[in-house]
Amino acid sequence: MHIVVCIKQVPDSAQIRIHPVTNTIMRQGVPAIINPFDLFSLEEALRIKDKVGARVTVLTMGPPMAETSLRKALSLGADDAVLLTDRKFAGSDTLATSYALTSAIKKLSEEEQVDLVFCGKQTVDGDTAQVGPGIATRLGFQQLTYITKIESIDQGAREIVVHRRSEGGVQVLKTALPCMITMLEGTNTIRFGKMDDMFRAARYGLKTWNKDTTGAEETKVGLKGSPTVVSKVFVPKPRAQKATMVEAEAPTAEAQAAAAVEAIFGAQPKLADELLARAAAGL
Amino acid sequence: MSEPSKPQGRKFQLPEHLKEYKGIWVIVEQERGSVHSVSWELVGEARKLADKLGVEVGAVVLGADSPELNAICGDAFTYGADVVYKVTDPVLADYRTDPYTRVMTDVVNTYKPEIVLLGATTLGRDLAGAIATTLATGLTADCTELDIYMDNRSLAATRPTFGGTLLCTIQTLAYRPQMATVRPRVMSMPDRDDSRSGRVVEVFPNLRETDVITKVLSFIADREQNEAQLAFADIIVAAGKGLGKPENLKLVFDLAKVLGGEVGVTRPLVQAGWTGFDRQVGQTGKTVRPKLYIAAGISGAIQHRVGMEKSDLILAINTDPNAPIFDFAHLGLVGDALTILPALTDAFGKRLSVNRLAG
Repeated sequence: MHIVVCIKQVPDSAQIRIHPVTNTIMRQGVPAIINPFDLFSLEEALRIKDKVGARVTVLTMGPPMAETSLRKALSLGADDAVLLTDRKFAGSDTLATSYALTSAIKKLSEEEQVDLVFCGKQTVDGDTAQVGPGIATRLGFQQLTYITKIESIDQGAREIVVHRRSEGGVQVLKTALPCMITMLEGTNTIRFGKMDDMFRAARYGLKTWNKDTTGAEETKVGLKGSPTVVSKVFVPKPRAQKATMVEAEAPTAEAQAAAAVEAIFGAQPKLADELLARAAAGL
Repeated sequence: MSEPSKPQGRKFQLPEHLKEYKGIWVIVEQERGSVHSVSWELVGEARKLADKLGVEVGAVVLGADSPELNAICGDAFTYGADVVYKVTDPVLADYRTDPYTRVMTDVVNTYKPEIVLLGATTLGRDLAGAIATTLATGLTADCTELDIYMDNRSLAATRPTFGGTLLCTIQTLAYRPQMATVRPRVMSMPDRDDSRSGRVVEVFPNLRETDVITKVLSFIADREQNEAQLAFADIIVAAGKGLGKPENLKLVFDLAKVLGGEVGVTRPLVQAGWTGFDRQVGQTGKTVRPKLYIAAGISGAIQHRVGMEKSDLILAINTDPNAPIFDFAHLGLVGDALTILPALTDAFGKRLSVNRLAG
């Protein structure tokens, strides 16, 4: 069984600040991390490896510095790592990114057939959730997004049973390998690396591939291969009005609460009526 | 919205053969006979955009043929659609990526809409990513605002990025259709007009179940579970780190109970394991638009803000008078949530029970 886990190195979005004058992102000093959603998928891949045996290859597309994220994944227990990096990929949108990653997965499949591809549910910087489905579609793999649980995996029958979150409930799906899976966050606890994996990760000679290595067509990557165009970037406008402060007769919690209830009922008479009607009906 | 700055160094002219793409479509999300409200919100939004462009609104309804599905087609007209593409096949009874993608790709290629909109739900995002790939076109995810740039009649889709710290406007200029997913409850629900109707285009894709690899073994509905239904709650009482410790969440639940509302939390609380992910409001959680949102001990980080700022009325309770939440809440109360929450529970309880006695 060969599992490929696609990860992305992202700036820690919790630590990004906007420059107060120029309104641009201040990336300086913002630590780069593995996209947190990818870790749930990596963990699931490693669990399959522990349970039924598998080779786990971690793949990322990004600048050379993304190597750090690959080494982190190796230290957690991934077997191999591929860095897909090329200036020609710069400016790729999700369609172009999924194409480039697919070209690398196809090359990995030549070495050993890929049975499962894991992707993060979405990234914390782009938040699109489109690259996973893009890869699945291009590879012709079954697409299983928002998976909360892998119930069983049968290598002999090449069957997998999963729980998939939908809006109104959980779908229990049975499908065949190969497939592409994105795990929902919080579905598993991410492990700590073992000491020998950490040493191996530090020494590991990871593969660095470019556009020509994977045979990706130039017209399908980078800005040229991207149908979407970012026409404007701006900082959200603050709402013009600040909150009206609730003034109480006395500084006690009771007085403040009473004043707050009056303020709410005053601002939303319709809501007040609904609440009162519901209370009157004994609901 | 101001006019776009011209991006440089690429071709942005729409090729001649793509100019015949006309009309704005909404893929109506129905699961087991019930429609996700985001679909109607989008039909309402599509109506506005279509009126600007002078084109038709198409609603695509997919599923197994049934009276429920016919009712959904009728509803699409009342919310603003001009034409309903009713795509029926037994194989489409349950959502599965593969058959839905194949069918939608064919239908788009046949009827050539210029814009295709879907809800940014688990179904919508799953399907949109697959269709955009088969159609090799642009897709903008999780939009919070849609507009038409009239100079080139293109869709301008605005979305938060970097966890909501920035907004960007994205266009698909040289490809068709232009695709976008939109978060539930960001667009307002259109008013029904029961006098409206339109034409139905029936599509029979003629699928075979044996061709579909993924099988649905069962469906565990949330209403049979104990999951929070935040996205549809009229009243939400939400807690942030200001609550101090997990035991204090009880204060929020008590108030929510008196109000018949749901409990929401910020991401740090979920990460700290106070409660499940189903209660998280914000960029990486649920987007909510209740009539009343009470934010207790929440500072108002942008990641949380984008998930709740469209609430009709926001009351913020925080000990810090300079907390950013007071910049966008409607009502503010400077004080300790730990003492104010129980007082609020009492005050609402009294107010509502007095009425019950009087009634």
